[in-house]
Amino acid sequence: MKPPPFDYHAPRSVGEALETLAGAGEHGKVLAGGQSLIPMLNMRLAAPGHLVDINRLTELDTLDVEPGGVRVGALARHARVERSEEVAAAQPLLCQALRLVAHPVIRNRGTVVGSLVHADPAAELPAVLALLGGSVRLARPGAVRDVPAAGFFTGLLESAAEPGELAVSAFFPLLPPRSGTAFREVARRHGDYALAGVAALVGLDDDLRITAARVACVSVGPAPVLVDVTEACGHRPPASADWASAARAVQERTAPEADIHATADYRRHLTGVLAQQALRDAAREALDA
Amino acid sequence: MTTKLFGEPVRRREDPRLLTGQGRYLDDLGGDALAAAFVRSPHAHARIRDIDVSAAIDVDGLVAIYTWEDLPALLAQPLPLLIPHPALTHGRTAHPLARDLVRHVGEPVVMVVARDRYLAEDACALIRVDYEILKPVVGVEEAAQSAQLVHGDVPGNVGAHLVQEVPSAAGLGAREAIETAPHTLAFRLDIERSASMPLEGRGVYARWDADDRSLRVYTSTQTSTSVRMAIAAKLGLPLPKVEVIAPDVGGGFGVKIVHPWPEEVLVPWAAILLDREVKWAEDRREHFVSSAHERAQVQSVRVGFDDDGRVLGLEVNILHDHGAYTPYGIIVPIITSTQLLGPYKIGAYRVEFSSIYTNTVQVTPYRGAGRPQAVFCMERTMDHIAAHLGADRTAVREVNFIRPDEFPYDQGLIFQDGRPLIYDSGDYPESLRMLKELIGWDSFPEAKAQAAAEGRRIGIGIGCYVEGTGVGPYEGGHVQITSDGRVHVSTGLTSQGQGHETVFAQIAAAELGVPLERVSVVTGDTRRFGYAVGTFASRAAVMSGNAIALACRKVREKALRIAADALEAAPGDLEIVDGEVRVLGAPGSSIPLATVAVLSNPLRYAFDEEAARATQFAGTSAFDRPPVEEGQEPGLEGRDYYSPLRSTFASGMHAAIVETDPLTAEIRILRYAVVHDCGNLINPMIVEGQIHGGVAQGVGGALYERMVYDEHGQLLNASFMDFLMPYATEIPRVETAHLQTPSPLNPLGIKGAGEAGVIPVSAVIASAIEDAEGIGIDRMPISPSDLFDLRRASTGRSTSET
Ligand SMILES: Cc1cc2nc3c(=O)[nH]c(=O)nc-3n(C[C@H](O)[C@H](O)[C@H](O)COP(=O)(O)OP(=O)(O)OC[C@H]3O[C@@H](n4cnc5c(N)ncnc54)[C@H](O)[C@@H]3O)c2cc1C
Repeated sequence: MKPPPFDYHAPRSVGEALETLAGAGEHGKVLAGGQSLIPMLNMRLAAPGHLVDINRLTELDTLDVEPGGVRVGALARHARVERSEEVAAAQPLLCQALRLVAHPVIRNRGTVVGSLVHADPAAELPAVLALLGGSVRLARPGAVRDVPAAGFFTGLLESAAEPGELAVSAFFPLLPPRSGTAFREVARRHGDYALAGVAALVGLDDDLRITAARVACVSVGPAPVLVDVTEACGHRPPASADWASAARAVQERTAPEADIHATADYRRHLTGVLAQQALRDAAREALDA
Repeated sequence: MTTKLFGEPVRRREDPRLLTGQGRYLDDLGGDALAAAFVRSPHAHARIRDIDVSAAIDVDGLVAIYTWEDLPALLAQPLPLLIPHPALTHGRTAHPLARDLVRHVGEPVVMVVARDRYLAEDACALIRVDYEILKPVVGVEEAAQSAQLVHGDVPGNVGAHLVQEVPSAAGLGAREAIETAPHTLAFRLDIERSASMPLEGRGVYARWDADDRSLRVYTSTQTSTSVRMAIAAKLGLPLPKVEVIAPDVGGGFGVKIVHPWPEEVLVPWAAILLDREVKWAEDRREHFVSSAHERAQVQSVRVGFDDDGRVLGLEVNILHDHGAYTPYGIIVPIITSTQLLGPYKIGAYRVEFSSIYTNTVQVTPYRGAGRPQAVFCMERTMDHIAAHLGADRTAVREVNFIRPDEFPYDQGLIFQDGRPLIYDSGDYPESLRMLKELIGWDSFPEAKAQAAAEGRRIGIGIGCYVEGTGVGPYEGGHVQITSDGRVHVSTGLTSQGQGHETVFAQIAAAELGVPLERVSVVTGDTRRFGYAVGTFASRAAVMSGNAIALACRKVREKALRIAADALEAAPGDLEIVDGEVRVLGAPGSSIPLATVAVLSNPLRYAFDEEAARATQFAGTSAFDRPPVEEGQEPGLEGRDYYSPLRSTFASGMHAAIVETDPLTAEIRILRYAVVHDCGNLINPMIVEGQIHGGVAQGVGGALYERMVYDEHGQLLNASFMDFLMPYATEIPRVETAHLQTPSPLNPLGIKGAGEAGVIPVSAVIASAIEDAEGIGIDRMPISPSDLFDLRRASTGRSTSET
């Protein structure tokens, strides 16, 4: 379990990093927190010719609450985002999700942006980005583009980030007024990737009736599965909402696969249970908001 | 014993070193050594047609590549079959490097030596092995019926077949006893594969001294003395020219008792051939596919019993999955079939096992060594009987217990040491009473009803076991007191973190009457002690502990004799307190042990003032006697061995309360209680630590760990990402209580404690889940997904709605 040979680059500026990545093209890989990439290298599942380490790019170590949302720089670690009170106030779902990501030592190194680019269907943050309709900012020399979540997760462990591109930040929109969020999941062990998980967002109108109810599910497809259940909830106040039919609507949209940890049926069942719990929790938060 | 050290919860002296990164594990040694790496089979069953190394030759830093054809005659043979048994009619072991055929994924085919491990793995990746893929045999029941053979010359894939039968007191055989019993039940049980999984894998580091023509080998083993003999034999070296040392070892749990591993002979061989230091440190993936696993068994049970639940006859048929090879013989299924009886008197018993080859990693003992399967079988049987009769589960156990006045109790079987299975001592009714009190067994129905009223499901379970510990044949101890007053203790068996340094020092300090700080302990170093068996079967404290105590008693006797001369007193009037020999009742009249050590060694040359007291003109010697009297030896040291008549039998009972989530089917352990009896406690804190660790491994086996092979013989979860060892967050607080029924078999009255914690856990958790769910549990481990399936099957519901 030792990586195959590669050239190691440690650029001192984003410009230098972009040039290096552009030069390496297909053969380059960004090294951020390394919590996913290093195991893949050691198991020789990845064999990039050039590794571009962005850990010295302090200009990317940013976390800003902007008027429209939270912008997370590529070097902001999970732990920093998780513990930020400003972020918790602006978009609580980020913190709710990050508490479920791995263990503290991994969160001390892993990055939010790295997790999005890695695009693991069992990971929490892609579901958060998808649910909130956020975006990822990708850069190459002389060009920057923002890719909305809907187009970012293109397949199993695949994102819209092209070879030679650096993801410089991610943007998570603010929580609208009278809204609440929740993240519920079941993992085999504390901190493991979830067998199934559901992020939910519920918004209420001035009469405290449900005007928006959406969920994003993890581990039930090659990418986060986004389901709008506003209709199923039936524009009623949370206390009389039909959460069960909302959950069924979610289940109908999922096509989980079996693996050694769980059958497909069990995953679908869990998704229903968790969708109900997450929607109820989110609605409660919305009422408290 | 003069000091109260024996029985005290002394803090582990090895911990400051091990917990602050001062430990020296195998891979901490030999920083400049060449690195070995292996090309291992990616196929479960295949014929090697050709090995092409040409692409690897150009790797910068490559030193050597070896295949089976390069091996000298002794090494080219199959590795030893360590424990032969008449029933093991078709024992088979692997070659150090595969010859023609590979029989499991992970089998070593080519050894590469390079400047470092990175380059060695680069070279491995470039070696092309051309395989003709053969149909693999996977799954123990499939293998037992398959026409496909793992070894062409082993019909039916049956390596061993053994029947043991004990008739009832009235002379009935088990089948007859079952047939004539008022009630009979029959059922089938399954236990899946798990493995020892020490955090430090295996590893070997060899240094050849060409001038001295001697070899030193460090290896992460549970038996350095036996590895030494194996290396000397396999490499054709004189035994005195081989030293083997077990450095700090980061866990063993059984897998490191197997020896010699291919790497343990290949690495030293390459070191000699290349005249360079060579090291191999196993990585995690290698550990999964090329060391050893355990547990997998399928059991068929038939039991006959009376209206009180008293077992009149029991018949058990075991299919034991042995993997591809049997280097450790049939110890595991023998232990399962003999320890199955637990604390019970069974009317008539018949047990039969077949040890089946499959194209998977070999099966050798893992902590508990066949007992978790045995206890699962017997305790599920007890629960089945209770359910059938509508009786309390503890009441059924109670009527079957061996009573305290029935010891020694002969179970009529032959145990894993080839000697009769005779229990030495115990008090099972008292143990059960303590456990019921600890967990609150009698008041549980109220708690359960209360939980049900809140929409929660909880259940309680119990499991009892008896564990043969401290098996022979022997261990030894050596004790030397040097002229600085320090006490040096050594024993041949090895340590993997159990706390031997502390416990053996406690025994020596107590026996000799010296402060604990003066005692140092060395284990597993053949330079210090050459005769030993090894660390397994919960035997270190019983075997080496008693041997060290006996050696100390010899040294003490000698010290008293020499001191008696110096103090002009009778040896019987002396005592040793705090490192001083004193005349009883005359505290002013004393001599330090350090001085006794000086006097014990008559000198011609002095190198310090202390030593001067023992030189020839110091006026201490009598002219009518030689300086070293006949039958005596210079020096204050002693060596002794302990070789027991039979094993000692520790026992225990566990209970757990679990909660199952009605919606998600998650399983949570709310409470876990243990009553444990290992005879006299040398150090209760260490015993509790062993129990905690054992329970943690047991929880892993019950709820998380399984080796998942697909039909091609590929291990699907060969990493810690997917092989789910529980974290601390999954382990409940363990509540313990101790019962002490001393063993009459050894001077210290102790029994083993190392494996106990793990043994009944699967049985206990199954019992508790069954109680919570009202669904029969006959296969472990169980995951939430499994429980979800069981629920659906039991309600006949086909939808997955909430
Ligand atoms: C034991 C363990 C448990 C875990 N459990 C969870 C869990 O429960 N949930 C979860 O979500 N995650 C989990 N993770 C993964 C963890 O969150 C990772 O940190 C994260 O997925 C990747 O972030 P990273 O910064 O470590 O990325 P790296 O490992 O450095 O990179 C991952 C991939 O993304 C690419 N990449 C990274 N940053 C950029 C960038 N700025 N621009 C372009 N490409 C980039 C890399 O090239 C690589 O392909 C776990 C990890 C471990 C080791």
